[in-house]
Amino acid sequence: MHEWALAEAVITAAQQIAEKEKLKEIKEVTIKVGELQQLERDILRFALSQLKPRGFKNAEFHISKAKTTLKCRVCGNTWLFRKNKLDETTAEAIHFVPEVAHAYIKCPKCYSPDFEISKGRGVWLENIKGVR
Amino acid sequence: MDPRTTVINERLRRISRIIVVSSGKGGVGKSLVATTLALTLSRRGCKVGLFDLDFTSPSTHLILGAKNDQPTEEKGLVPPVVNCLAYMSLIYFSGEQTAPLRGADVSNALIELLSVTQWGELDFLVIDMPPGIGDAVLDLVRLVARIEFLIVTTSSRLAFETVKKQVRLLQDLKVPIIGVVENMKMDGANGVKQGTEKLGVRFLTEVPYDSEVEGAIGDVTKLLGTTFAQRIGKVVASNIA
Repeated sequence: MHEWALAEAVITAAQQIAEKEKLKEIKEVTIKVGELQQLERDILRFALSQLKPRGFKNAEFHISKAKTTLKCRVCGNTWLFRKNKLDETTAEAIHFVPEVAHAYIKCPKCYSPDFEISKGRGVWLENIKGVR
Repeated sequence: MDPRTTVINERLRRISRIIVVSSGKGGVGKSLVATTLALTLSRRGCKVGLFDLDFTSPSTHLILGAKNDQPTEEKGLVPPVVNCLAYMSLIYFSGEQTAPLRGADVSNALIELLSVTQWGELDFLVIDMPPGIGDAVLDLVRLVARIEFLIVTTSSRLAFETVKKQVRLLQDLKVPIIGVVENMKMDGANGVKQGTEKLGVRFLTEVPYDSEVEGAIGDVTKLLGTTFAQRIGKVVASNIA
């Protein structure tokens, strides 16, 4: 389960922020998950619940999906990533390392693989709320 | 906040030494040195991992003759064992396709693989780097707490001049350098040994051009029987393990 490794990263990062902000109890953690990485939100949520450290006992995890915007560096075209246009093997490769999208996806307008992942790449810790 | 960087050193915690094989210049034999170094350490009884970070031009899989192995999922990605090495490369995800990555993409892919790869307990992790002193080198220095560099050059001034710059950068960043290997040594050229010592860095060995190496690509037993591998073996015995 690749999601476990990323859930562990989210918890570690949230702990570091909590320590820095001197938060004793965490109430809410907001996470954004970019569509490009196609993480299973249920698995991520389950992993987060299992990995909860001290101080996170009552924490709620809000996980929202972010659409992936790709922008061609050659012609400037902007388009949205669609998983259903990929075969299963390709989708899985991008799931593990989103940057390999450059090996499989091309600009639909000029066919260049030189594009930027402008938004919605992978896991992002958006916000944490807690009490001091 | 990108949470991934917070777990990188935890993923590498049970690795005793991390050796980064690098060069300021391409085409000097980094991948061959890195792979031979990893295989030699493994044959000496060490638990060794090999990590190919040359994302746009990976080649260690060809040297190892890696076939259909794939990483497995277990709370992250567990590298397959190839010729007794725990082995990870972007090739498992990009396949035969070209992966044209810019600097930011290289950094992101590097962070992703460092944060999700479960190496477990190793005596050595050998990292094969892309050429140059770019994002991959700077990211490793920034993100990985314990790394040591082994630098490869050829006898050519064109290669060694960039190596000198790399050595100075690493010295400024206070990153340990095991030493310099002079590969494909040209007869009568002594500039690299003297130049390396002038920089205050150990000159590890010179390896003459070995025509047998090309025929040993994909066959590790043959590779370890070459003069090239014997020289790397001596470096290991006297300077590493």
